[in-house]
Amino acid sequence: MAETLVAAAALAKSFRNGVAALAAIDLAVAAGEFVGVLGPSGCGKSTLLRIIAGLIEPSAGRLERAAALAGRIGFVFQEPTLMPWATVSDNVYLPLRLQGVSRVAAAPRVAAMLESLSLREFAAAYPRQLSGGMRMRVSIARALVTEPALLLLDEPFAALDEITRFKLNEDLRTLWRRHRCTVIFVTHSVFESVFLTNRIVVMTKRPGRIVADLPIDLPETRDNALRLSERYADRCRTVSRRLAEAMA
Amino acid sequence: MNGSARMARIVGPIVVGALVIAFWHGIVWWFAIPPYVLPGPGVILRTLWSDGPSLLASLLVTLRITVAALAVAVALGGSLAVLFSLSKTIELSFFPYAVILQVTPVVAIAPLIIIWVNDVFAALLVCATIVAFFPIVANTTLGLNSADRNLVDLFRLYGASRWQMLRLLRLPSALPLFLAGMRISGGLALIGAVVAEFVAGTGGAETGLASRIIEAGYRLEIPRMFAALFLLSLTGIAIFAVLSWLSRMLLRHWHESALEPSD
Ligand SMILES: Nc1ncnc2c1ncn2[C@@H]1O[C@H](COP(=O)(O)OP(=O)(O)OP(=O)(O)O)[C@@H](O)[C@H]1O
Ligand SMILES: [Mg+2]
Repeated sequence: MAETLVAAAALAKSFRNGVAALAAIDLAVAAGEFVGVLGPSGCGKSTLLRIIAGLIEPSAGRLERAAALAGRIGFVFQEPTLMPWATVSDNVYLPLRLQGVSRVAAAPRVAAMLESLSLREFAAAYPRQLSGGMRMRVSIARALVTEPALLLLDEPFAALDEITRFKLNEDLRTLWRRHRCTVIFVTHSVFESVFLTNRIVVMTKRPGRIVADLPIDLPETRDNALRLSERYADRCRTVSRRLAEAMA
Repeated sequence: MNGSARMARIVGPIVVGALVIAFWHGIVWWFAIPPYVLPGPGVILRTLWSDGPSLLASLLVTLRITVAALAVAVALGGSLAVLFSLSKTIELSFFPYAVILQVTPVVAIAPLIIIWVNDVFAALLVCATIVAFFPIVANTTLGLNSADRNLVDLFRLYGASRWQMLRLLRLPSALPLFLAGMRISGGLALIGAVVAEFVAGTGGAETGLASRIIEAGYRLEIPRMFAALFLLSLTGIAIFAVLSWLSRMLLRHWHESALEPSD
């Protein structure tokens, strides 16, 4: 059994304005997992992710993070969230810069990251010169450049068209297989979560609780052919049903 | 910038200016208005030619005060805004006084400052700075506080220090608003320099354009007064143009205000 990286126990969060976003979340994520978090809009998915990242504190319950995670968490937001005044390569360099890595020492890592996300020709471009999908890839490159042990993605592809989204889904899955980091992927798309992950947790509407925890036993390598397969459709049906129950 | 936009930027103002001058000339000529009431454009141009050198020397004095005041306002206002962004308590404690300074008419406090500060240049500099510095403080403070929330979180996630947060995130986020504030302050510094000199009156070895305007008023040399005013507005336009250019240069890669059409 792999080491547990993140464990939430009876975790709850209410905001100062009285909104209860999360209620009694129990969730353990082991090293190497690719977990999808699926739930209706406003059920507290982003809140959960921000608590896991340590950006906000839970108001009740506990969140334990493995010591190995200190400074090794990557975060991809729903929007690309790039610095508009910095070039693509400077945006990707940012996390290393904040951790005190010199530009010279970082250059090969930044270049390799840009290469693996097909962004090499755009290293000197500014974010406004990129398409939405490319901006998102820069955002992913930035999150991966530190070789995080845990990668948190908050509906990163929600704003993209389906073709770009399918492509980025495949890319992300490939990157995960290559880097073998742990991924928690928030989405409200059943199809996306089934395609990408090895395990899906389903949340109820606000205040969010976890009502189902489903393993996704699909092949390791996944490509567009999988989307047409009966097995994939079957998993999608199961997850959809559980989501519908959660929302009832 | 494409050709027609550039044409519009240059030709438009020239056409408007030419129409106004023609209308002005027409009025003066039609009603035979004497130059000591309203001089025509021709008379002003001749005065500008004959009195130019002496007026330019005065303009230089005013310009020196203006530029120095803008520099001090930028340094002081910028630092104050950074201080505000570092501590909400400091911001809340000091901001009301910055507002008071802003709403106090400079003509009302200029006499005091001139009494307190012995050196005339320094006194005028203080007055012009007081007028110029508020837009920079207000705009830069707003800019420093309006950094993207998610980027702030990202910086925190990677354990950014306060200094990194300021230098790599807050300062660049504030740059467009800071530059917009500076463009306003450039004009205000000029107004401040002139108004303060009006209050100070003529005196001292070197005097600025305001003194020329006052003298010309006393002697009923109205064309000379208009020539001085003309120089003053030209200077104001030049300051604005230089600051706009600076703003465009600094923001051209990324900010909407400075982007050139890319198609
Ligand atoms: N800073 C905050 N202050 C107050 N309420 C908040 C705050 N952040 C989120 N909420 C509330 O908490 C609830 C959960 O928000 P959250 O952003 O986690 O939902 P979500 O599941 O990510 O939704 P979506 O799928 O639409 O992104 C919402 O009702 C929201 O209004
Ligand atoms: Mg969300």
